[in-house]
Amino acid sequence: MELVCPAGSLPAFKAALNAGANAIYVGFKDDTNARHFTGLNFNDRQAQKALALARDSGVKLYVAINTYPQPTGWSRWQAAVDRAVELGADALIIADMGLMTYVKEKYPQQNIHLSVQGSSTNAASLKFYKEEFDIKRAVLPRVLATKQVEQLCEKSPVDLEVFGFGSLCIMVEGRCVLSSYITGESPNTCGVCSPAKHVRWEESANSRRSRLNNVLIDEYQHKENASYPTLCKGRFKVDENTYHALEQPTSLSTLEIIPQLARMGIKAIKIEGRQRSPAYVEQVVRVWREALDAFKQNGERFSVSPQWLEQLDKVSEGQQTSLGPYSRPWQ
Amino acid sequence: MKIALGPILYYWTRQKVFDFYDSFKKSELPIVYMGETVCSKRKELHLHDWLDIAESMAAQGKEVVLSSLALISARSELQSLKKICANNRFLVEANDMAAVQLLTELNLPFICGSGINIYNAHSLALMHKKGMKRWVLPVELGAEALRGILQDAEKMGISDNLETEVFCYGKLPLAHSARCFTSRAKNRPKDKCELACIDYPEGLLLRSQEEQQLFTINGIQTQSAACYNLLSEWRHMAALGVDVMRLSPQAENMRAVVERFHKVINGSNEEILLLDESMLEPSCNGYWFAKPGMMAHEPAC
Repeated sequence: MELVCPAGSLPAFKAALNAGANAIYVGFKDDTNARHFTGLNFNDRQAQKALALARDSGVKLYVAINTYPQPTGWSRWQAAVDRAVELGADALIIADMGLMTYVKEKYPQQNIHLSVQGSSTNAASLKFYKEEFDIKRAVLPRVLATKQVEQLCEKSPVDLEVFGFGSLCIMVEGRCVLSSYITGESPNTCGVCSPAKHVRWEESANSRRSRLNNVLIDEYQHKENASYPTLCKGRFKVDENTYHALEQPTSLSTLEIIPQLARMGIKAIKIEGRQRSPAYVEQVVRVWREALDAFKQNGERFSVSPQWLEQLDKVSEGQQTSLGPYSRPWQ
Repeated sequence: MKIALGPILYYWTRQKVFDFYDSFKKSELPIVYMGETVCSKRKELHLHDWLDIAESMAAQGKEVVLSSLALISARSELQSLKKICANNRFLVEANDMAAVQLLTELNLPFICGSGINIYNAHSLALMHKKGMKRWVLPVELGAEALRGILQDAEKMGISDNLETEVFCYGKLPLAHSARCFTSRAKNRPKDKCELACIDYPEGLLLRSQEEQQLFTINGIQTQSAACYNLLSEWRHMAALGVDVMRLSPQAENMRAVVERFHKVINGSNEEILLLDESMLEPSCNGYWFAKPGMMAHEPAC
């Protein structure tokens, strides 16, 4: 299985490269990708540098252009496609069908991967993208159970990529606008969820409060670990109960099901986190490289090393990891 | 400008559903969408029940559209979708690309619901080429985005036989998940949800710890807590080229809401009030004005 790793900067790119990535995905410095954060991503010069490094080590470079262009921004998205093709990207990761139409018409030879933001969760939908755009691969939303992934692998007309590690979206990607409901900006329109510019922390004698566009997302007592106020991960009230009404701040970690994923026919594993530091990327990619190599060597005798877990736990959101949709304790 | 009744997004008893549609048989409502769009476990009505209601509404001269599920991940869900698409009688609203694919394979015309991501005229043109007759603007887009999309569509020459619909009233569908937040609220695993949604005909309110009403939990769907209401914008919409205003069923007073919209649009009502007794409170309209959706924006006159 191909290990697809994130890079939000050239140092992160180098870290992923050194730690053993098979492919690295990046975005340009604008809202054409779903990690449109201040100080993040690549200008043309940096992208060229990244490509040269990738070519030297036989690693693939993918460019994510995976937000949804609106009329006023169309030329910017078009330009992003032009730049990525000119650069020589091995694949473009796209969500919008209008943009895919453009790629197919202008660059029929260009590889397209359907972004997780494209929200494809079944064989009929994948067939649409295959027939219409000849996509080579689709990244599956983080909502499918292991058995559903397995069934999809049997029926899918394209290669499938799943998320292996990182932040966990509990809503179907590409179809969640909670963020724009509260802040005006969403992953689809602006490439951000619960954007940092709307975040405010309030400290008081007894507690710490996190707000998103003034809406109280959570309140922490002293010594409680505070998390970034992603709005689906806050503590809210339903009836008289105050709890994580939508989701606990956990992150996804699927090391233990590597053999299963391989057996099903999953072709690539994606590490989430273009917004993360080079040190994070280095750490996570290194562990996953070791794990995938160990699997290659030992096959079904593969077992998860405690050291890997320890290293991953150190960097996980909420200091807690889960198998996410693959184990479904909530099912 | 036409009014459409959207599909019921909540889980109501069989009787309540039949009564609900009965109450609209004699109304002036021209378009009715119906069917389960949220959760495949909701089985108070089967496809043949929906088809019966659909026939009876069609007999009253209404255009009936069968709405389909928004998140399709299980094999059984795909099978049910196939049956809906092959119903041989009524138009189908696609809420997942699976439906678009299946309807295209059957060479049938279709409608794209707000869950199909059409953010620009290029996507619109592709769906139109595939057989789309009408589309619903994604809920997070507003007037300016719509103006741009329709202007581009006109330049591409596809606007003549394509209708545009906007979600204009009701709690906004904001997200879908594989997880069920109603069963989570009841401390039940999803497989043993005991169809808890049936106890919440208008969903379950989610508030911040400061009592701010934020969202409405509706099974695997998360909606806004506030009721979206664009009645006051209807003229602007008509000028932009909107053909249909969608009103999303709420458990109470829906007849009055439909009548209110109908009267205003047909000019027999003097004043348009955002605050209206028959309408759900609080209301919001931010998305239409390119603001956070939860905001209640007073348009500059």
